[in-house]
Amino acid sequence: MDILGTLQKLALESGFAAFFMADGWKNLVMIVIALVLLYLGIVKKFEPLLLIGIAFGCLLANLSYFVGQEGGNALYHPELWANFLDQNSEAYHNYGVILTQGGLLDIFYIGVKAGIYPSLIFLGVGAMTDFGPLLSNPKSLLLGAAAQLGVFFAFFGAIALGFTGPQAASIGIIGGADGPTAIFLTTKLAPELLGPIAIAAYSYMALIPMIQPPLMKLFTTDEMRKVKMEQTREVSKTEKIIFPIVVASFVILLLPSTAPLIGCLMLGNLFRETGVTDRLSDTAQNALMNIVTIFLATSVGATMVGGNFLQVKTLYIILLGLVAFSISTIGGLTGGVIMYYASGKKINPLIGSAGVSAVPMAARVSQDVGRRYNKTNFLLMHAMGPNVAGVIGSAIAAGFLLSVFGG
Amino acid sequence: MNDLVNLSLGDGAGIAVLGYLVVFLGIVMLMLVVMLMSRIMIVSKAKAAKTAPVKAVDIPADAIPLTGPQAAITAPGTAGELKLYDTEPRDAAMIMAILADSLGKPLNELRFLSIREIKEEY
Repeated sequence: MDILGTLQKLALESGFAAFFMADGWKNLVMIVIALVLLYLGIVKKFEPLLLIGIAFGCLLANLSYFVGQEGGNALYHPELWANFLDQNSEAYHNYGVILTQGGLLDIFYIGVKAGIYPSLIFLGVGAMTDFGPLLSNPKSLLLGAAAQLGVFFAFFGAIALGFTGPQAASIGIIGGADGPTAIFLTTKLAPELLGPIAIAAYSYMALIPMIQPPLMKLFTTDEMRKVKMEQTREVSKTEKIIFPIVVASFVILLLPSTAPLIGCLMLGNLFRETGVTDRLSDTAQNALMNIVTIFLATSVGATMVGGNFLQVKTLYIILLGLVAFSISTIGGLTGGVIMYYASGKKINPLIGSAGVSAVPMAARVSQDVGRRYNKTNFLLMHAMGPNVAGVIGSAIAAGFLLSVFGG
Repeated sequence: MNDLVNLSLGDGAGIAVLGYLVVFLGIVMLMLVVMLMSRIMIVSKAKAAKTAPVKAVDIPADAIPLTGPQAAITAPGTAGELKLYDTEPRDAAMIMAILADSLGKPLNELRFLSIREIKEEY
């Protein structure tokens, strides 16, 4: 037995040796980034349910896949997915190749690529969402539309920075402040950007309490912020049951490409409201949501391999994501100001910023800022209307972009 | 707009504006549908409310002639339709709870129009 040769082979196959091979330093940088993300998730509590999974997926991928080595033991293989998308490759759109040659995270990633996880997350979101505030004040839907301004502003900004149309569409949707929608659209249009876009989307969602208040102060006056809104009307159970059926039918007929997201969102909501499917509603909200979150987060994190992530365009995406979030907030606030005047100063424009999805954090920010200026003000339920409208608005925006660029 | 991959700035701006308009159009149409649905529900609820008292009570309590100075007051916390005649709100709450219990129905499924004390004359 050649002990020396065996030891040499083990040393060369180890990840430690791979750090010193070509581009091995990129893995090291990505490991540091993964640790920073873990810190932000665990210590700073930035969207921990997703960020910890994403960070650990990134860590696992960069500990097991090296450009200089054959990726036999890797958990995620970017080259398999590059072939999957290459029309000239035999592996083009062939999940069989992924299943036979891929690692664990490649197999998890099939659910992202096929659009299954974001849709199942929407099923859970629907089961958790009370559309009552929106039904009692349907005009709040307009704020959900106004707050999609950042999506199209960032889309244009990305075109100006040299991104392709499909890439710009995927970057723009960060402004929808809706993680699952961003992931859904990006896997369809620009899967090569999934890592940075997912990170930007979830990081900025976590930073909403810091991003939105200065803009809320800038775009509203003291008088506006003090407006106390009247109590909304009570919504009957029948309305709540009919609503998801009507919305699913209407929106899917209008934009068929929204079917997976809107269909699952409204199915989840129907489970919640019927009163005869409590078990399904409970599963969608809890067990299913948690399981899918684990698969989604780790597989999205795995796409952050050094070669894909460490590029100048990642910085552009992070920057454009911030622009998208800010402009969406401004769009919602502007809509709120218009409604403030149109309603004879009865609507507090602070609820406009909740039109970016990010349920329910954006609504909580409206409540907190509103109470800072009027201690007796309770804007939460009023802000929930635009907030859930934002989910529908960003799904429509994603459906439009998918129709244009999805081929 | 021949090339959707390598878009010019003009085409990009056009798609951005069109996209925002489509989102607004979709949302406005959805809002109108929801408003129409709400209107139908409110009207049908109002119709049901109009017909309900006839079915529920043969002789409405307020149709019984009142004796003495008995001003009707509205019970606190109701939708304003329950009238109390010579009845304390606390007693009314107890009566409604006992009745709901006796009927085996949740309180929010029962409709109380008025409660008055019947004073027997000897």
